[in-house]
Amino acid sequence: MRFTTSTMDLMPLQASQPFDPSKYRYTGPNVQPRQLPNTRSQAPITTGTSVIGLQFDGGVMIAADKLGSYGSLARYQNIGRLMRVNDHVILGCTGDYADFQFLRDIIDQKMIDEECLDDGIVTRAPALHCWLTRVLYNRRSRFDPLWTTFVVGGLDDDGKPFLGFVDKLGTAYTAPQIVSGMGGHLATPLLREKMDGQPPLSEAAARELLIRCMTVCYYRDCRAFSKFQIATLKAGSIKIEDDLEVKGDWEVAHFSKEHA
Amino acid sequence: MMETVQQVTPSYAAPLPEWLSAEHDMGTTLVAAEFPGGVVIGADSRTSTGTYVANRVSNKITRITDSVYCCRSGSAADTQALADIVSYRMAMHEIEMGRPAAVRTVANTFREMCYQYRDDLMAGILCAGYDRTHGGQIYSLPIGGMMVRQKVASGGSGSTYIYGYLDSNYKPDFTAEQCVDFIRKGVSLAIHRDGSSGGVCRVAIITANGVERRTFTGDQLFVPQ
Repeated sequence: MRFTTSTMDLMPLQASQPFDPSKYRYTGPNVQPRQLPNTRSQAPITTGTSVIGLQFDGGVMIAADKLGSYGSLARYQNIGRLMRVNDHVILGCTGDYADFQFLRDIIDQKMIDEECLDDGIVTRAPALHCWLTRVLYNRRSRFDPLWTTFVVGGLDDDGKPFLGFVDKLGTAYTAPQIVSGMGGHLATPLLREKMDGQPPLSEAAARELLIRCMTVCYYRDCRAFSKFQIATLKAGSIKIEDDLEVKGDWEVAHFSKEHA
Repeated sequence: MMETVQQVTPSYAAPLPEWLSAEHDMGTTLVAAEFPGGVVIGADSRTSTGTYVANRVSNKITRITDSVYCCRSGSAADTQALADIVSYRMAMHEIEMGRPAAVRTVANTFREMCYQYRDDLMAGILCAGYDRTHGGQIYSLPIGGMMVRQKVASGGSGSTYIYGYLDSNYKPDFTAEQCVDFIRKGVSLAIHRDGSSGGVCRVAIITANGVERRTFTGDQLFVPQ
Protein backbone atom coordinates (compact mmCIF):
# COMPACT_ATOMS: atom_id res chain seq x y z
CA MET A 1 0.00 0.00 0.00
CA ARG A 2 1.56 3.26 -1.06
CA PHE A 3 1.18 6.09 1.38
CA THR A 4 3.11 8.75 -0.51
CA THR A 5 3.60 9.82 -4.08
CA SER A 6 6.79 11.46 -5.00
CA THR A 7 6.94 14.07 -7.72
CA MET A 8 9.89 12.11 -9.02
CA ASP A 9 7.44 9.43 -10.08
CA LEU A 10 5.60 11.94 -12.18
CA MET A 11 8.55 13.50 -13.94
CA PRO A 12 9.73 11.93 -17.18
CA LEU A 13 13.13 10.25 -17.04
CA GLN A 14 14.48 12.86 -19.38
CA ALA A 15 12.98 16.28 -19.44
CA SER A 16 12.91 16.08 -23.20
CA GLN A 17 9.25 15.40 -23.59
CA PRO A 18 6.58 18.09 -23.51
CA PHE A 19 5.08 18.94 -20.14
CA ASP A 20 1.94 16.85 -19.60
CA PRO A 21 -0.37 18.54 -17.09
CA SER A 22 -2.60 15.48 -16.76
CA LYS A 23 0.18 13.85 -14.76
CA TYR A 24 -0.33 16.47 -12.07
CA ARG A 25 -4.02 15.90 -11.69
CA TYR A 26 -5.27 15.63 -8.12
CA THR A 27 -6.88 12.21 -7.91
CA GLY A 28 -8.30 12.44 -4.45
CA PRO A 29 -6.94 11.52 -1.07
CA ASN A 30 -4.89 8.36 -0.80
CA VAL A 31 -7.63 6.52 1.03
CA GLN A 32 -8.19 2.80 0.63
CA PRO A 33 -11.81 1.71 0.29
CA ARG A 34 -13.29 -0.11 3.24
CA GLN A 35 -12.85 -3.89 3.07
CA LEU A 36 -15.71 -4.85 5.35
CA PRO A 37 -19.25 -3.59 4.99
CA ASN A 38 -19.62 -0.47 7.03
CA THR A 39 -22.53 -0.94 9.39
CA ARG A 40 -22.10 2.21 11.44
CA SER A 41 -22.34 5.67 10.05
CA GLN A 42 -19.89 8.10 11.56
CA ALA A 43 -20.40 10.89 14.00
CA PRO A 44 -19.43 14.42 12.96
CA ILE A 45 -16.39 15.77 14.82
CA THR A 46 -15.57 19.37 13.94
CA THR A 47 -18.80 20.96 12.77
CA GLY A 48 -20.11 24.17 11.31
CA THR A 49 -23.55 25.49 12.14
CA SER A 50 -26.12 27.34 10.02
CA VAL A 51 -25.71 28.59 6.49
CA ILE A 52 -28.29 31.14 5.34
CA GLY A 53 -29.03 31.80 1.68
CA LEU A 54 -31.51 34.04 -0.07
CA GLN A 55 -32.28 35.28 -3.56
CA PHE A 56 -32.47 38.94 -4.45
CA ASP A 57 -33.16 40.86 -7.63
CA GLY A 58 -30.38 39.73 -9.94
CA GLY A 59 -28.49 37.28 -7.74
CA VAL A 60 -28.10 35.24 -4.60
CA MET A 61 -26.46 35.85 -1.26
CA ILE A 62 -25.18 33.26 1.21
CA ALA A 63 -23.83 33.83 4.74
CA ALA A 64 -22.13 31.57 7.27
CA ASP A 65 -20.17 32.14 10.43
CA LYS A 66 -16.50 31.24 10.77
CA LEU A 67 -16.61 28.72 13.57
CA GLY A 68 -15.68 25.04 13.69
CA SER A 69 -17.13 23.58 16.87
CA TYR A 70 -15.55 20.57 18.49
CA GLY A 71 -18.62 19.40 20.36
CA SER A 72 -19.46 22.37 22.53
CA LEU A 73 -15.93 23.80 22.33
CA ALA A 74 -15.62 26.77 20.00
CA ARG A 75 -12.34 25.44 18.72
CA TYR A 76 -11.54 26.91 15.29
CA GLN A 77 -12.70 30.47 15.04
CA ASN A 78 -11.40 31.52 11.66
CA ILE A 79 -12.51 28.89 9.17
CA GLY A 80 -14.40 29.71 5.99
CA ARG A 81 -17.47 27.61 5.28
CA LEU A 82 -18.38 29.42 2.08
CA MET A 83 -16.81 28.44 -1.21
CA ARG A 84 -16.53 30.02 -4.62
CA VAL A 85 -16.84 27.05 -6.97
CA ASN A 86 -16.37 28.95 -10.22
CA ASP A 87 -17.54 32.26 -11.66
CA HIS A 88 -21.16 31.08 -11.59
CA VAL A 89 -21.61 29.08 -8.38
CA ILE A 90 -21.13 29.67 -4.68
CA LEU A 91 -21.89 27.29 -1.88
CA GLY A 92 -21.92 27.01 1.88
CA CYS A 93 -21.61 23.95 4.08
CA THR A 94 -23.05 22.92 7.44
CA GLY A 95 -21.90 19.86 9.34
CA ASP A 96 -18.62 17.99 9.45
CA TYR A 97 -15.78 20.23 8.27
CA ALA A 98 -13.51 17.38 7.21
CA ASP A 99 -16.21 16.08 4.87
CA PHE A 100 -16.60 19.62 3.49
CA GLN A 101 -12.85 19.87 2.82
CA PHE A 102 -12.91 16.47 1.14
CA LEU A 103 -15.67 17.51 -1.25
CA ARG A 104 -14.16 20.95 -1.73
CA ASP A 105 -10.95 19.49 -3.09
CA ILE A 106 -12.87 17.23 -5.44
CA ILE A 107 -15.03 20.10 -6.67
CA ASP A 108 -11.92 22.25 -7.22
CA GLN A 109 -10.41 19.50 -9.36
CA LYS A 110 -13.65 19.18 -11.32
CA MET A 111 -13.47 22.86 -12.14
CA ILE A 112 -9.87 22.54 -13.28
CA ASP A 113 -10.80 19.63 -15.54
CA GLU A 114 -13.61 21.70 -16.98
CA GLU A 115 -11.22 24.56 -17.73
CA CYS A 116 -8.92 22.15 -19.47
CA LEU A 117 -11.70 20.70 -21.62
CA ASP A 118 -12.25 24.24 -22.82
CA ASP A 119 -15.45 23.46 -24.69
CA GLY A 120 -17.44 26.50 -23.63
CA ILE A 121 -19.62 24.48 -21.26
CA VAL A 122 -19.56 25.75 -17.74
CA THR A 123 -21.02 24.18 -14.58
CA ARG A 124 -23.86 26.30 -13.25
CA ALA A 125 -25.62 26.07 -9.92
CA PRO A 126 -28.42 23.65 -10.91
CA ALA A 127 -25.86 21.24 -12.37
CA LEU A 128 -23.61 21.32 -9.32
CA HIS A 129 -26.63 20.96 -7.06
CA CYS A 130 -27.70 17.88 -8.99
CA TRP A 131 -24.20 16.38 -8.87
CA LEU A 132 -23.95 16.98 -5.12
CA THR A 133 -27.32 15.35 -4.60
CA ARG A 134 -26.21 12.21 -6.41
CA VAL A 135 -22.91 12.06 -4.53
CA LEU A 136 -24.49 12.51 -1.10
CA TYR A 137 -27.31 10.09 -1.83
CA ASN A 138 -24.85 7.48 -3.03
CA ARG A 139 -22.80 7.78 0.17
CA ARG A 140 -25.97 7.58 2.27
CA SER A 141 -27.02 4.45 0.43
CA ARG A 142 -23.70 2.85 1.34
CA PHE A 143 -24.25 3.75 5.03
CA ASP A 144 -21.17 5.95 4.91
CA PRO A 145 -22.59 9.46 4.70
CA LEU A 146 -20.76 12.71 4.23
CA TRP A 147 -22.20 14.41 7.28
CA THR A 148 -22.81 17.71 5.57
CA THR A 149 -25.61 19.92 4.36
CA PHE A 150 -24.96 22.18 1.39
CA VAL A 151 -26.56 25.41 0.25
CA VAL A 152 -25.75 25.96 -3.43
CA GLY A 153 -26.37 29.32 -5.07
CA GLY A 154 -26.03 30.86 -8.48
CA LEU A 155 -27.86 31.80 -11.63
CA ASP A 156 -29.49 29.12 -13.73
CA ASP A 157 -29.17 28.81 -17.51
CA ASP A 158 -31.86 31.46 -18.03
CA GLY A 159 -30.05 33.88 -15.76
CA LYS A 160 -32.58 33.57 -12.93
CA PRO A 161 -31.38 33.26 -9.33
CA PHE A 162 -31.12 29.67 -8.10
CA LEU A 163 -30.74 28.35 -4.55
CA GLY A 164 -30.59 24.66 -3.70
CA PHE A 165 -30.35 22.54 -0.55
CA VAL A 166 -28.77 19.07 -0.24
CA ASP A 167 -28.37 17.23 3.06
CA LYS A 168 -26.49 14.14 4.16
CA LEU A 169 -29.38 11.87 3.15
CA GLY A 170 -29.47 13.27 -0.34
CA THR A 171 -32.68 15.21 0.29
CA ALA A 172 -32.66 18.07 -2.19
CA TYR A 173 -34.92 20.96 -3.00
CA THR A 174 -34.81 24.51 -4.31
CA ALA A 175 -36.44 27.59 -2.83
CA PRO A 176 -36.08 31.38 -2.73
CA GLN A 177 -34.59 31.07 0.74
CA ILE A 178 -32.54 28.15 1.99
CA VAL A 179 -31.16 27.76 5.48
CA SER A 180 -29.26 24.74 6.78
CA GLY A 181 -28.56 23.78 10.35
CA MET A 182 -30.30 25.20 13.37
CA GLY A 183 -30.81 28.48 11.55
CA GLY A 184 -33.40 26.61 9.53
CA HIS A 185 -35.74 26.98 12.48
CA LEU A 186 -34.63 30.46 13.48
CA ALA A 187 -34.06 32.31 10.22
CA THR A 188 -36.48 30.70 7.73
CA PRO A 189 -39.59 32.37 9.22
CA LEU A 190 -37.84 35.74 9.20
CA LEU A 191 -36.82 35.34 5.57
CA ARG A 192 -40.21 34.14 4.44
CA GLU A 193 -41.99 36.95 6.23
CA LYS A 194 -40.03 39.50 4.24
CA MET A 195 -40.01 37.67 0.92
CA ASP A 196 -43.27 35.74 0.44
CA GLY A 197 -45.58 37.47 -1.97
CA GLN A 198 -43.29 40.48 -2.29
CA PRO A 199 -41.34 41.71 -5.30
CA PRO A 200 -37.70 40.57 -5.29
CA LEU A 201 -35.52 42.27 -2.71
CA SER A 202 -32.84 44.75 -3.69
CA GLU A 203 -29.27 43.75 -2.93
CA ALA A 204 -29.04 46.19 -0.01
CA ALA A 205 -32.31 44.99 1.50
CA ALA A 206 -31.20 41.39 1.10
CA ARG A 207 -27.90 42.07 2.85
CA GLU A 208 -29.66 43.79 5.73
CA LEU A 209 -32.09 40.90 6.09
CA LEU A 210 -29.25 38.41 6.02
CA ILE A 211 -27.36 40.26 8.76
CA ARG A 212 -30.52 40.37 10.86
CA CYS A 213 -30.87 36.60 10.47
CA MET A 214 -27.21 36.06 11.42
CA THR A 215 -27.81 38.18 14.53
CA VAL A 216 -30.81 36.09 15.58
CA CYS A 217 -28.83 32.92 15.01
CA TYR A 218 -25.97 34.31 17.11
CA TYR A 219 -28.41 35.07 19.95
CA ARG A 220 -30.20 31.74 19.88
CA ASP A 221 -27.80 29.05 18.62
CA CYS A 222 -25.31 27.73 21.16
CA ARG A 223 -22.91 26.76 18.39
CA ALA A 224 -22.95 30.11 16.59
CA PHE A 225 -20.15 32.67 16.51
CA SER A 226 -20.03 36.38 16.01
CA LYS A 227 -17.60 36.53 13.06
CA PHE A 228 -19.10 35.64 9.68
CA GLN A 229 -18.78 35.90 5.91
CA ILE A 230 -21.21 36.87 3.15
CA ALA A 231 -20.86 35.67 -0.45
CA THR A 232 -22.79 37.60 -3.09
CA LEU A 233 -23.24 36.36 -6.64
CA LYS A 234 -24.61 38.52 -9.44
CA ALA A 235 -24.39 38.13 -13.21
CA GLY A 236 -20.67 38.32 -13.86
CA SER A 237 -19.34 38.85 -10.37
CA ILE A 238 -18.80 37.10 -7.08
CA LYS A 239 -17.89 38.97 -3.92
CA ILE A 240 -16.99 37.29 -0.64
CA GLU A 241 -16.97 39.66 2.32
CA ASP A 242 -14.86 38.43 5.19
CA ASP A 243 -14.38 39.84 8.72
CA LEU A 244 -17.99 40.76 9.36
CA GLU A 245 -19.12 40.62 12.97
CA VAL A 246 -22.43 40.46 14.79
CA LYS A 247 -22.45 42.95 17.64
CA GLY A 248 -25.90 42.36 19.02
CA ASP A 249 -28.13 44.39 21.28
CA TRP A 250 -27.81 43.42 24.93
CA GLU A 251 -29.76 46.27 26.51
CA VAL A 252 -32.44 43.80 27.55
CA ALA A 253 -29.89 42.33 30.01
CA HIS A 254 -30.45 45.32 32.27
CA PHE A 255 -34.16 44.51 32.69
CA SER A 256 -33.67 41.17 34.38
CA LYS A 257 -35.44 40.19 37.55
CA GLU A 258 -34.03 38.18 40.45
CA HIS A 259 -34.28 34.69 38.99
CA ALA A 260 -34.00 33.82 35.37
CA MET B 1 -21.76 -23.41 13.12
CA MET B 2 -24.18 -20.70 12.10
CA GLU B 3 -22.77 -17.26 12.37
CA THR B 4 -25.26 -14.55 12.83
CA VAL B 5 -24.13 -11.17 11.73
CA GLN B 6 -25.92 -8.48 13.58
CA GLN B 7 -26.75 -5.74 11.16
CA VAL B 8 -26.97 -2.43 12.89
CA THR B 9 -29.15 -0.25 10.75
CA PRO B 10 -28.49 3.27 11.87
CA SER B 11 -31.27 5.78 11.81
CA TYR B 12 -29.79 9.23 11.61
CA ALA B 13 -32.82 11.05 10.32
CA ALA B 14 -33.89 12.94 13.43
CA PRO B 15 -37.65 13.35 13.39
CA LEU B 16 -37.63 16.31 15.77
CA PRO B 17 -34.89 18.71 16.80
CA GLU B 18 -33.20 17.50 19.98
CA TRP B 19 -33.69 20.78 21.76
CA LEU B 20 -37.46 20.36 21.77
CA SER B 21 -37.09 17.59 24.33
CA ALA B 22 -33.84 18.54 26.03
CA GLU B 23 -33.80 19.66 29.62
CA HIS B 24 -33.31 23.32 30.45
CA ASP B 25 -29.66 23.26 31.32
CA MET B 26 -27.41 26.04 32.45
CA GLY B 27 -24.27 24.84 30.76
CA THR B 28 -22.57 27.84 32.07
CA THR B 29 -19.56 29.67 33.46
CA LEU B 30 -19.38 30.63 37.12
CA VAL B 31 -16.40 32.22 38.86
CA ALA B 32 -15.88 33.57 42.33
CA ALA B 33 -12.84 35.09 44.05
CA GLU B 34 -12.04 36.43 47.50
CA PHE B 35 -10.29 39.69 48.16
CA PRO B 36 -9.47 41.36 51.50
CA GLY B 37 -12.79 42.89 52.45
CA GLY B 38 -15.22 40.68 50.57
CA VAL B 39 -15.87 38.50 47.55
CA VAL B 40 -16.69 39.01 43.89
CA ILE B 41 -18.80 36.47 42.04
CA GLY B 42 -19.52 36.41 38.33
CA ALA B 43 -21.45 34.37 35.77
CA ASP B 44 -22.46 34.36 32.12
CA SER B 45 -26.12 34.74 31.08
CA ARG B 46 -26.95 31.85 28.75
CA THR B 47 -29.61 29.23 29.52
CA SER B 48 -29.69 26.55 26.87
CA THR B 49 -32.14 23.78 25.96
CA GLY B 50 -29.87 21.49 23.99
CA THR B 51 -28.30 23.84 21.44
CA TYR B 52 -31.12 26.38 21.56
CA VAL B 53 -30.56 29.45 23.71
CA ALA B 54 -33.72 29.64 25.76
CA ASN B 55 -32.66 32.77 27.62
CA ARG B 56 -29.70 34.88 26.48
CA VAL B 57 -29.89 37.30 29.42
CA SER B 58 -30.49 35.03 32.39
CA ASN B 59 -29.52 36.01 35.91
CA LYS B 60 -27.55 33.19 37.49
CA ILE B 61 -26.53 35.18 40.55
CA THR B 62 -29.30 34.68 43.04
CA ARG B 63 -29.88 36.35 46.37
CA ILE B 64 -30.17 34.00 49.32
CA THR B 65 -29.85 36.61 52.04
CA ASP B 66 -28.83 40.27 51.93
CA SER B 67 -25.20 39.30 52.34
CA VAL B 68 -25.04 35.83 50.77
CA TYR B 69 -25.53 35.20 47.09
CA CYS B 70 -25.14 32.05 45.02
CA CYS B 71 -24.23 31.19 41.45
CA ARG B 72 -26.19 28.31 39.91
CA SER B 73 -25.20 25.77 37.28
CA GLY B 74 -26.79 22.53 36.10
CA SER B 75 -30.51 22.06 35.88
CA ALA B 76 -32.27 25.43 35.98
CA ALA B 77 -35.31 23.95 37.70
CA ASP B 78 -33.33 22.12 40.38
CA THR B 79 -31.18 25.11 41.29
CA GLN B 80 -34.06 27.57 41.34
CA ALA B 81 -36.00 25.30 43.68
CA LEU B 82 -32.97 24.81 45.94
CA ALA B 83 -32.25 28.53 46.09
CA ASP B 84 -35.86 29.31 46.99
CA ILE B 85 -35.90 26.73 49.77
CA VAL B 86 -32.56 27.77 51.27
CA SER B 87 -33.54 31.42 51.07
CA TYR B 88 -36.75 30.71 52.97
CA ARG B 89 -34.99 28.67 55.65
CA MET B 90 -32.31 31.31 56.14
CA ALA B 91 -34.93 34.03 56.49
CA MET B 92 -36.52 32.02 59.32
CA HIS B 93 -33.08 31.41 60.78
CA GLU B 94 -32.28 35.13 60.81
CA ILE B 95 -35.55 35.91 62.60
CA GLU B 96 -34.85 33.28 65.21
CA MET B 97 -31.19 34.23 65.73
CA GLY B 98 -31.70 37.98 65.54
CA ARG B 99 -28.68 38.45 63.30
CA PRO B 100 -27.68 37.76 59.68
CA ALA B 101 -26.91 34.16 58.78
CA ALA B 102 -23.28 33.13 58.48
CA VAL B 103 -22.10 32.25 54.98
CA ARG B 104 -21.11 28.80 56.14
CA THR B 105 -24.59 28.21 57.52
CA VAL B 106 -26.15 29.02 54.17
CA ALA B 107 -23.67 26.81 52.37
CA ASN B 108 -24.27 23.97 54.77
CA THR B 109 -28.03 24.23 54.28
CA PHE B 110 -27.43 23.87 50.57
CA ARG B 111 -25.14 20.95 51.20
CA GLU B 112 -27.62 19.05 53.32
CA MET B 113 -30.17 19.08 50.52
CA CYS B 114 -27.71 18.55 47.69
CA TYR B 115 -26.26 15.53 49.46
CA GLN B 116 -29.51 13.96 50.61
CA TYR B 117 -31.03 14.18 47.15
CA ARG B 118 -27.81 13.69 45.24
CA ASP B 119 -29.27 11.00 42.96
CA ASP B 120 -32.17 13.18 41.94
CA LEU B 121 -30.60 16.58 41.60
CA MET B 122 -28.29 18.05 39.01
CA ALA B 123 -27.01 21.14 40.75
CA GLY B 124 -23.59 22.78 40.94
CA ILE B 125 -23.60 25.81 43.21
CA LEU B 126 -21.12 28.45 44.27
CA CYS B 127 -22.26 30.03 47.51
CA ALA B 128 -20.49 33.26 48.43
CA GLY B 129 -21.01 36.14 50.79
CA TYR B 130 -19.79 38.20 53.68
CA ASP B 131 -20.32 37.91 57.41
CA ARG B 132 -18.82 39.77 60.36
CA THR B 133 -17.14 36.72 61.87
CA HIS B 134 -15.07 35.42 58.98
CA GLY B 135 -15.31 38.14 56.34
CA GLY B 136 -15.70 37.17 52.69
CA GLN B 137 -16.06 33.44 52.02
CA ILE B 138 -16.77 31.24 49.03
CA TYR B 139 -18.08 27.69 49.30
CA SER B 140 -18.09 25.39 46.33
CA LEU B 141 -20.89 22.80 46.20
CA PRO B 142 -20.35 20.65 43.12
CA ILE B 143 -22.66 17.87 41.93
CA GLY B 144 -22.66 15.08 44.49
CA GLY B 145 -23.19 17.20 47.55
CA MET B 146 -19.77 17.99 48.94
CA MET B 147 -18.88 21.39 50.32
CA VAL B 148 -15.45 22.99 50.31
CA ARG B 149 -14.28 26.51 51.03
CA GLN B 150 -12.05 28.03 48.35
CA LYS B 151 -10.41 31.38 47.73
CA VAL B 152 -11.04 31.07 44.00
CA ALA B 153 -13.82 28.86 42.75
CA SER B 154 -15.33 28.13 39.38
CA GLY B 155 -18.10 25.98 38.03
CA GLY B 156 -20.11 25.08 34.98
CA SER B 157 -19.04 23.75 31.62
CA GLY B 158 -17.14 26.92 30.69
CA SER B 159 -14.94 26.79 33.76
CA THR B 160 -12.83 24.01 32.25
CA TYR B 161 -11.43 26.46 29.71
CA ILE B 162 -10.18 28.96 32.28
CA TYR B 163 -8.50 26.86 34.94
CA GLY B 164 -5.14 27.95 33.58
CA TYR B 165 -6.15 31.60 33.52
CA LEU B 166 -7.53 31.52 37.07
CA ASP B 167 -4.57 29.60 38.47
CA SER B 168 -1.98 31.91 36.95
CA ASN B 169 -3.64 35.30 37.46
CA TYR B 170 -5.18 35.26 40.92
CA LYS B 171 -3.60 37.31 43.69
CA PRO B 172 -4.92 37.17 47.26
CA ASP B 173 -4.36 40.92 47.71
CA PHE B 174 -6.52 42.23 44.84
CA THR B 175 -8.49 45.39 45.39
CA ALA B 176 -12.21 45.14 44.72
CA GLU B 177 -11.81 46.64 41.25
CA GLN B 178 -8.92 44.35 40.36
CA CYS B 179 -10.97 41.40 41.52
CA VAL B 180 -13.91 42.48 39.34
CA ASP B 181 -11.55 42.75 36.39
CA PHE B 182 -10.15 39.29 37.11
CA ILE B 183 -13.64 37.81 37.19
CA ARG B 184 -14.87 39.70 34.14
CA LYS B 185 -11.92 38.55 32.04
CA GLY B 186 -12.32 34.97 33.22
CA VAL B 187 -15.99 34.81 32.31
CA SER B 188 -15.27 36.49 28.95
CA LEU B 189 -12.57 33.96 28.08
CA ALA B 190 -14.87 31.09 28.94
CA ILE B 191 -17.72 32.57 26.90
CA HIS B 192 -15.31 32.90 23.99
CA ARG B 193 -14.67 29.14 23.91
CA ASP B 194 -17.64 27.40 25.50
CA GLY B 195 -20.70 26.95 23.29
CA SER B 196 -22.89 26.54 26.35
CA SER B 197 -21.87 29.92 27.81
CA GLY B 198 -22.64 33.29 26.33
CA GLY B 199 -24.47 36.56 26.54
CA VAL B 200 -23.38 39.10 29.11
CA CYS B 201 -21.21 38.88 32.22
CA ARG B 202 -22.96 39.60 35.50
CA VAL B 203 -20.97 40.20 38.67
CA ALA B 204 -21.84 40.88 42.28
CA ILE B 205 -19.43 42.47 44.78
CA ILE B 206 -20.28 41.53 48.37
CA THR B 207 -18.64 43.44 51.21
CA ALA B 208 -19.47 44.71 54.69
CA ASN B 209 -21.28 47.60 52.99
CA GLY B 210 -23.68 45.34 51.12
CA VAL B 211 -23.93 44.14 47.57
CA GLU B 212 -23.19 45.91 44.31
CA ARG B 213 -24.33 44.29 41.06
CA ARG B 214 -22.93 45.04 37.63
CA THR B 215 -23.57 43.78 34.11
CA PHE B 216 -20.93 43.85 31.36
CA THR B 217 -22.29 43.69 27.81
CA GLY B 218 -20.85 43.58 24.30
CA ASP B 219 -17.57 45.46 24.09
CA GLN B 220 -17.23 45.57 27.88
CA LEU B 221 -16.46 41.86 27.77
CA PHE B 222 -12.84 40.98 27.13
CA VAL B 223 -12.28 39.50 23.66
CA PRO B 224 -8.89 38.08 22.76
CA GLN B 225 -7.45 39.37 19.50
